[in-house]
Amino acid sequence: MPRNTKLQSRHLLGLQHVPADDLHLILHWAGHFKEVINRPIKRVPSLRDITIANLFFENSTRTRLSFELAEKRLSADVVNFAASNSSVKKGETLTDTVNNILAMKVDVVVIRHADAGVPQFLADRVPAHIVNAGDGTHEHPTQALLDAFTMQERIGSLEGKNIVIVGDILHSRVALSNIFGLQKLGANVAVSGPSTLIPRVIHELGVEVIPHVDDALAWADVANVLRVQHERMDRAFFPSIREYHNRYGITMDRLKRLEKIPLIMHPGPINRGVELTSEVADSPHAAILNQVENGVAVRMAVLYLLAAQSTTTDVV
Amino acid sequence: MQKSPNFDPEMAQKTLLNQRDCAVTLSRLCHQLNEVHVPWNRTVLVGLQPRGSKLLKALVHQLESEFGTGPIEHGLLDITFHRDDFRRRDEPLVASPTEMDVLIEGKRVVLIDDVLYTGRSVRAALDALGDFGRPQRVELCVLVDRRFSRELPIQPDYSGRRVDALNHERVRLNWTGDHLESVLLESPEYAPEH
Repeated sequence: MPRNTKLQSRHLLGLQHVPADDLHLILHWAGHFKEVINRPIKRVPSLRDITIANLFFENSTRTRLSFELAEKRLSADVVNFAASNSSVKKGETLTDTVNNILAMKVDVVVIRHADAGVPQFLADRVPAHIVNAGDGTHEHPTQALLDAFTMQERIGSLEGKNIVIVGDILHSRVALSNIFGLQKLGANVAVSGPSTLIPRVIHELGVEVIPHVDDALAWADVANVLRVQHERMDRAFFPSIREYHNRYGITMDRLKRLEKIPLIMHPGPINRGVELTSEVADSPHAAILNQVENGVAVRMAVLYLLAAQSTTTDVV
Repeated sequence: MQKSPNFDPEMAQKTLLNQRDCAVTLSRLCHQLNEVHVPWNRTVLVGLQPRGSKLLKALVHQLESEFGTGPIEHGLLDITFHRDDFRRRDEPLVASPTEMDVLIEGKRVVLIDDVLYTGRSVRAALDALGDFGRPQRVELCVLVDRRFSRELPIQPDYSGRRVDALNHERVRLNWTGDHLESVLLESPEYAPEH
């Protein structure tokens, strides 16, 4: 049981400044919500007087769906906003867009944006609870929480466990949130991948770099394999996709050479045949679909605990 | 007045049921349930988390061992997400696990709780029960019925002991393991002079 019963932070902007107690509390409640979403009727009325706006200034399919399902399963009222069909195209500023939405009495804002720091910018200016659903290459806290929840489910407490993040660390908000979150839960975190895709200052976060992926897999209890983000690469970070796959791709041959095969995770969407082969992705060593299922439970826990902080008598 | 291990000098106690009364009352509840629900193949007992779980266990154990009912289907229901005081209180709610590995569709369900007070927990439980199917009928069995404290039109079908308690008083069940030792009424009014 977690020691605290209430979140200390009013927003979920990133895991860097979230206390470890809050992480334990969210993961504990996610367990309750996982039971709820496996009931014949997967909806509870807890948030029926709460309105949540999903503001997606950057394309997203699975994160948006996962948040939307989480909100609906808590009976919240949901409004969706996608930048592609909005006034942002007409030149409206971010604060104006959000203030207009808040004028419609919204309690929680879930925001994804291509620029780092946008959730923090809003948290300083608007009275709603802000949940970061990914900001640029900065953080993606709910993804890291669902990764941690899935790891705990498969291998137990993360205290002292070895977790390696493989691939494009430089462009990955998932990597950064994973590092902050997993370290707070007591895990040892390392990264592995092409040196061009690993930030030079990564050791300052207490993260070891294991250059060879086979060494990394041999060390790890869990390998969180990231997607090669072609869309964020403005120059050639490695010679070819084929070379990337040969050096860093996780194949069944690689795994079979190990004494103990680590749990394989991937935040999706997978480039099959690049960072993971289909054989690995579809094997029992992978927890990829568990991650998707747990995503809804973890997001329900985050929204529920944030909403619980304000009572109905507080005027938002 | 007996001092319990949890004796709090600010809250003095009155014994509502002593050990012998507890045994007699549990036994009577079993007889009443058995009379209505025998042969038990269409009934599910559902304990409300967290405090109804021990009473459920005690009733199931006694029915199965002394009444020859055979295995009785039972489950535990947590009502946290269906409560109507979420965001209306200072202290956050704390959830307990729900263990409903039984089918209630078309069955006769008996909700089991320790104390019936305002009736709001039972209202939430009826709501939560709906997540698992549509029972043929739902009954309510409680050990203690605080009968003048109701805020909703909900009454028990089986009750161990009716109590006229004031709102600031508390009813406490003392369990030693799975064994019910006593039921106490705690109130500042019984406090000895300082």
